[in-house]
Amino acid sequence: MPEPKQPERLIDDKGLRIDGRRLDELRPIKLEVGILDKADGSAYIEQGKNKILVAVYGPREAHPKHIAMPERAVIRCRYHMAPFSVDERKSPAPSRREMELSKVIRESLEPVVLTELYPRTTIDLFIEVLQSDGGSRCAGITAASLALADAGIPMKEMVAACAVGKIQGKLALDLSDAEDKYGDADIPVALVPNAGLVTLLQMDGHLTPSEFEQGFSMALEACKTLHAMQREALKKKYATMKEVAEEKEEAEVVA
Amino acid sequence: MSATPQLPPVARLEQKTVVDLLSKGRRIDERTPENYRQIQVQLGLIEKANGSAQVFLGKSKVLAGVKIETGEPFPDTPEEGVLTVNAELVPLASPSFEAGPPSEAAIELSRVVDRGIRESKAVDLKSLVIQKGKKVQVVYVDVYVLDHDGNLIDAAAMAALGALVNSKVAKMEVKGDEVVVKGGHHQLPLNNYPIAVTFAKIDKTIVIDPSLEEEQVMSARLTVTIDKNGDICAMQKGGLSGFTPDEVRKAVQMAVVKAAENRAKIMAAAKG
Repeated sequence: MPEPKQPERLIDDKGLRIDGRRLDELRPIKLEVGILDKADGSAYIEQGKNKILVAVYGPREAHPKHIAMPERAVIRCRYHMAPFSVDERKSPAPSRREMELSKVIRESLEPVVLTELYPRTTIDLFIEVLQSDGGSRCAGITAASLALADAGIPMKEMVAACAVGKIQGKLALDLSDAEDKYGDADIPVALVPNAGLVTLLQMDGHLTPSEFEQGFSMALEACKTLHAMQREALKKKYATMKEVAEEKEEAEVVA
Repeated sequence: MSATPQLPPVARLEQKTVVDLLSKGRRIDERTPENYRQIQVQLGLIEKANGSAQVFLGKSKVLAGVKIETGEPFPDTPEEGVLTVNAELVPLASPSFEAGPPSEAAIELSRVVDRGIRESKAVDLKSLVIQKGKKVQVVYVDVYVLDHDGNLIDAAAMAALGALVNSKVAKMEVKGDEVVVKGGHHQLPLNNYPIAVTFAKIDKTIVIDPSLEEEQVMSARLTVTIDKNGDICAMQKGGLSGFTPDEVRKAVQMAVVKAAENRAKIMAAAKG
């Protein structure tokens, strides 16, 4: 796959972006819950060309033992990109970027998990980016929340995340790869909607304080939209389970 | 893998004292929530470096050195020099630092300092080209934490900026196929002067420039890096909890004010 060339412009005369979106429009999102067999909880997200799998293992015995904490569970997180997930092959060894993202993603989820219920254990989160398309840390957080819920780990609520950026001097929601690369700024934000807590906030590029204020508000609104989608995805999983159970019951009655 | 950090037991005992004091608007070292510790900047301590700066932020002590060498540009930016920023948590600086591969904290520190300098376009990379696509100057900024008493991000960012302000580049020219030293130096051209301003949330209070004691009991941390025009060029939230949107907005406003004050201290040191 050859690397795509720099687009001539990121916004056209009609105010539409390279993929035809409006400035305040999210990319198409697909969420699936409980798709891995062995994991205690799992989720899959597609957001634009992002394809990300998340698995949760735990609460389980802490290994090695000395990392255990006496009054709470330890959360461990690994954000990792597959070598084929980007234009130029990425070495599978964890990069400094991946190590930083593992940390900020873990920190974005810590406040919602009721870790005090599982002292001396670990809850392990594995985020594998199978294909990356800008905003993968946010998509990873959105999916990781679903995977934690799927694992049945008690949580206050799910965390939703979305980035806002600046392209050609205008604020735009949910930047794609090219927009991130050739744009002027990127602000990934994670929100715990009911608690009103921002648990991930990063920024790089150039923004005036008033542009930040406007973009930050856009991101918070988008997080709320994503949160509703997360809830739907969870409900859908249980609705499917209910259907299967009912069909099974009917089959038994007939027999 | 990134794991929940262990909290030293002393911190848990101190938590109550710090929080009780803050509820009365006071801090453990008698500062107000909006005050930095004393900042001292010394430039040019390391003669063998192209530039260097030592910053004291209260009892935190950070030394940054710049080395500039000739090298090759990245293939996707043939008309720009190369900038790399690295931070080391030197084991002599704290009982919690260990020798060995960089910890998660060291990586985060490097990357936050790097982002401020890179995204504000502080170093004029275009001026570092010797021969387009072939030879450029490579600027290495190495930040050395020597004593850790909290808020290493702000201290490291100031030290890195101070060292860049203090840097001189050898004049080079192309003779045939070779790059040769022309003799003489000139000041490393800078376009911007980013300053990181870090806030900590302790219980319900936001304090600026947390000391180590405060960092150990904070629930979350937010760094806002401000450029010379008062615009934002980098941000980083850390810690186990979060900030309300209003706390973030207030922190951004406060950062603009504090960054200007701290920048003035570095510029004053540069003027001697």
